[in-house]
Amino acid sequence: MDGKRAVILFLGPALAAIGVFFFLPVLAAFALSFTDFDIYALGNFEFARFVGFKNYTQLLTDPLFWKAFRNTLEFLLIGGPLSIGVSLGAALMIQSKLVRWKGFFRTAYFTPVVTTLVAVAVIWRFIYHPRFGLLNYLLSFVGIGAVDWLGDQHWAMPAIILMAVWKNFGYNMVIFIAGLQNIPAELYEAASIDGAGRLQQLRTITVPLLAPTTVYISILTMIGYFQLFSEPYVMTQGGPLNSTLSIVLLMYQQGFRWWNMGYSAALAFVLFAFILMGSLVQSRIQKRWEAS
Amino acid sequence: MKAPATILLYALLSFVALLTLAPLVWMVSASLMPTGDASAFPPPFLPSRVTFAHYARLFTNLNLARYLFNSAFLAVSVTAISLVVNSMAGYAFAKYRFRGRDPLFKLLIASMVIPSQVTMLPLFLMLNKMGAVNSYIGVIIPGMASVFGIFLIRQFALSIPDSLIEAARIDGAGDFRIYRSLILPLCKPILVTLAIFTFMGTWNDFLWPLIVMTDDSMYTLPVALANLSLEHVQDTELMMAGSVMTIAPVLILFAAVQRHYISGIMAGGLKE
Repeated sequence: MDGKRAVILFLGPALAAIGVFFFLPVLAAFALSFTDFDIYALGNFEFARFVGFKNYTQLLTDPLFWKAFRNTLEFLLIGGPLSIGVSLGAALMIQSKLVRWKGFFRTAYFTPVVTTLVAVAVIWRFIYHPRFGLLNYLLSFVGIGAVDWLGDQHWAMPAIILMAVWKNFGYNMVIFIAGLQNIPAELYEAASIDGAGRLQQLRTITVPLLAPTTVYISILTMIGYFQLFSEPYVMTQGGPLNSTLSIVLLMYQQGFRWWNMGYSAALAFVLFAFILMGSLVQSRIQKRWEAS
Repeated sequence: MKAPATILLYALLSFVALLTLAPLVWMVSASLMPTGDASAFPPPFLPSRVTFAHYARLFTNLNLARYLFNSAFLAVSVTAISLVVNSMAGYAFAKYRFRGRDPLFKLLIASMVIPSQVTMLPLFLMLNKMGAVNSYIGVIIPGMASVFGIFLIRQFALSIPDSLIEAARIDGAGDFRIYRSLILPLCKPILVTLAIFTFMGTWNDFLWPLIVMTDDSMYTLPVALANLSLEHVQDTELMMAGSVMTIAPVLILFAAVQRHYISGIMAGGLKE
């Protein structure tokens, strides 16, 4: 089919919206990151000056940026695998032949995914309360003394990770379930006729056949976890002692609280660079798997 | 041999279900407790006496009806507009042949790796120039079209046989007529899925409304709740009532359409 007018009519609105309100701002942000755009320039754009790579060099020597970088990486490298592991475990349990009411468990586990992150953070802030929180109460039964989860710089990030796993694992679990359903049942039947035990089947059939799903999930999870923001914003404001400051939270504070928009734009591009690198590495891994 | 394994599996499954649901059940319970009840040791799981005072206070003193309206209005508007825009584009990418189609589509897909935070500073400056900061338009504009939505609809529309479209054309239907009376009804399953995704995504969104809505009366529920929770740190029961009001609408929607929602994620996950 062709019909130039129809194509323009159908594609025009979407391309205009994406072009003007996505691609154009991306280019503008890139330009912005090479200027000293600040609160004075906000009133009159002419006050912004080109400063070359100054924002980027300043960023590399800013201890706050490195702190935010390490925190985000900690969230990503511990929280990511942890939540994927829990997702896989839950999917395997639910898909087990021994289990009925699959729909009930699937829905129950998925429920936190659809809830509003801000509201969840408000609830968990109280679960982590040092004196009245449910978590410390439960831990007191096994003889663990009260921990000030969100007020202690060593525990604040683990607390945020735990909450994120609770909130997110249901999403990847559903994708894993879809992946498991795609594995032909005959493979398992053949394996058990050959005398393979359950663990062996897991190792030789389930894990390799789930590999593409796992890479897809890893990319999605990494992109999402790099953008950590609401949890520290609501629960800790980045504290204590900046132990939960994330890259996006720092970007928000620099850009929209102190109006250092040039510097903030540089931060945004560094975030983009990390996500791009992570995606490339993971799709390279995927290609290698498919080749072998 | 099988019984112990089955019992263990059910015990584990039930334990995890308890962990996932308990915080939400506790939220509802605490929202009904008299002020100060939740701040006790050991933490009570049920209210000593049920009260709706916190809900009343949210509506009378804390402008909750307004935030509810803002959130609902924005979620509905973004969903309605983006469904039209994305479905037209997805259909065009699937069923029309034109120069540069494939590179253009690839460019859009590749752009999904750019995090939306990158666009936020210039977008804010643009909206500021347009006078659209602190307005509904400011939230709607970046949500009007989405590459993910176009992608989903294109994948679905590819499976519509060309012969159906040809037959409609021979019957004298124009391009727009075909889109409206043939394509849209056929795409209904994916449109429903996309509508749910968009509605929930907009309802739960936090960072962008936090940036754009500078005036209290324009806050969405998450922004208002975050503000409330930072100002009324001590008032646990009130915050829980606010959390219930924020979460309940999406949970009810989810309960009604969960099959669509979950199968949508499964489909998205498999197509990559």
